[in-house]
Amino acid sequence: MNNLFSAATIFGIIGMAIRLAMPYLYAGLGELFNQTAGCFNLGVEGIMMMGAFSAFYVVYQTGNLFLGIAAAAVIGLFMGLIMSLISVTFKAAQGISGIGLTMFGVGLSSLLFKTLLQGTVQSVAGFAPLKIPVLGDIPFIGETFFQNNLMVYLAYCLIPVCSVVLYKTTLGLKIRSVGQNPQAADTLGVSVIKIRYLCVCIGGVLAGIAGATFSIANINMFQEKMTNGTGYIAVALVYFSGWKPKGVLFGALLFSFVNALQLRMQVLGINIPSDVAMMLPYILTIITLVFVQGRDAPAALSVPYERSEN
Amino acid sequence: MSKKFSIMILFVCVVMTLLSVPVLAEDEVFQVAMVMPSKINDYSFSQSMYEALKVLQSEVGEENFEIVYSEDMFNVADAREAIRDYADMGFDLVIAHGSQYGTSIQEIAPDYPETAFAWGNGTDFFGLDNVSVYQARAEQGGYVFGQIAAAVSENGKLGVCGPVESGDAKTYIDGFKNGAAEAGAEVSVTYTSSFSDVSLMSAAAETHMDEGAMVLTGTSQSIPGAVSVVKERDGVWLGVQWDTIPLAPENVLVSLVYDWTPILNEIITKMTEGIYGGAAYDLTFENGGLQILWNTENLEIDQELIDMADDLAQKIVDGEIEPLPAG
Repeated sequence: MNNLFSAATIFGIIGMAIRLAMPYLYAGLGELFNQTAGCFNLGVEGIMMMGAFSAFYVVYQTGNLFLGIAAAAVIGLFMGLIMSLISVTFKAAQGISGIGLTMFGVGLSSLLFKTLLQGTVQSVAGFAPLKIPVLGDIPFIGETFFQNNLMVYLAYCLIPVCSVVLYKTTLGLKIRSVGQNPQAADTLGVSVIKIRYLCVCIGGVLAGIAGATFSIANINMFQEKMTNGTGYIAVALVYFSGWKPKGVLFGALLFSFVNALQLRMQVLGINIPSDVAMMLPYILTIITLVFVQGRDAPAALSVPYERSEN
Repeated sequence: MSKKFSIMILFVCVVMTLLSVPVLAEDEVFQVAMVMPSKINDYSFSQSMYEALKVLQSEVGEENFEIVYSEDMFNVADAREAIRDYADMGFDLVIAHGSQYGTSIQEIAPDYPETAFAWGNGTDFFGLDNVSVYQARAEQGGYVFGQIAAAVSENGKLGVCGPVESGDAKTYIDGFKNGAAEAGAEVSVTYTSSFSDVSLMSAAAETHMDEGAMVLTGTSQSIPGAVSVVKERDGVWLGVQWDTIPLAPENVLVSLVYDWTPILNEIITKMTEGIYGGAAYDLTFENGGLQILWNTENLEIDQELIDMADDLAQKIVDGEIEPLPAG
């Protein structure tokens, strides 16, 4: 067996962490938009499942991967609209409505799987690795960083895009002000309702795409409940991140790295109980959450906005 | 008055008799209920039992053999309610197809002495005469598959994608490791601590293949995740519990199929004799419950390999080979 500290193994672990982080990045960044605007969407898991199914089904029928991504995004947008309607317009408790949305998404994706695909596991040709010229040929580094599929590259490109949108644009300022002090933002002419609708919909689109990465950019098949709690972890990652895009990146990579590491340790026969190994990513996340709790949290997070008429 | 009363009694008797005809006919239908942790088409443990029931149903006719089931009963509390409901409804045989349902069976079975209960991967029938337990002697298949994997591997490296370190998954893996080790191959094992995490199963398979193992095996309903990686990287997969060939016809060399029909037949036969349980059953090569299904339709498989596997299985039946290491 190769040593854990050989270059091939270390780069192998890093490469896997980079790929495993992909759905967390899409879903986590989407949830970052939600929460920065003061909305707490626990429905990410359900949106991801619907995104996973719709992308898979469209690719299964058409063979077009980009149509699959578009379908997942549209479904995500639609479910984001539902969440907005419930939590922003009707001012329902956001945590409860999010859980409802998750149950709806998970259940509907299972139903569609049974009715449209007879509940049979099928596979499709998903996004293939895209080797970046020259860089992709560098030993170890090339294979780790520059031979991933398009959806992996896009996930990492989203980090600076989100940073710019949230911190360098007027829209970002409006989003943050709505999350921190919606009354003040409203007084200054910012439409709290529109901004929250926009952010929840952006979150929905990214969660839908996050689901699609499972079914057409990683495992390339659909199975019921295949996201297996990733949506909830993405929500936790936003807390972990201190509500910063780079924090989401760090959290997603850390969680994925520890997951990749524990798998590699098992394969290399390093003698730790498998249950302990499986707990490592979660333990590490909880410990880190203890230290970052409350840091820069949007003051109006999960508080429905009620315009004062006095 | 008396005449009218007599006519009324007669009328009621005629109606009751007429109504009782379908009831009697219905009583003749053998009703089986199955509670399972996953789906009837999971390419794994649940599907193996469901397909066995369908075989029995096809033998006696749908009108004589009714099957109902509850899928996705990972939650033991939900499963317990389902088991009790089926017993309440008067099903003849209630199959709790998972090791996690033991306490539920122990609690419910004494309340329904006229119902037979069967507990899958069970360890004990708790001294109850209406509870049967059954399990697959997966180590037998594991041993043979370990030898097969070692024979087809070019570099002697094998990978096993396991779900949880318990039950028949563990015994299969232990048998596999023993068989492979005796054939001189090196086996690495991962457990994902989940029966359903396809994504992590996929990552586990990727890790095995990164470390050079091109021949993989694994159990649980999350194995489609691993098989997709094997398919993508053109490796070889050995399936367990059900026929996994449809998942990757070019990559699945062979599947160890659990055929529960011999055990179900025995349980049902005993029920007709008035014996509702109090027995333990093993699925083995000997009783035909463990079957080796080669993918000869899609792959050219060396006859010597098939003969070797048959020979090993026979030696296990004859007691010449112990699938698990001593001690």
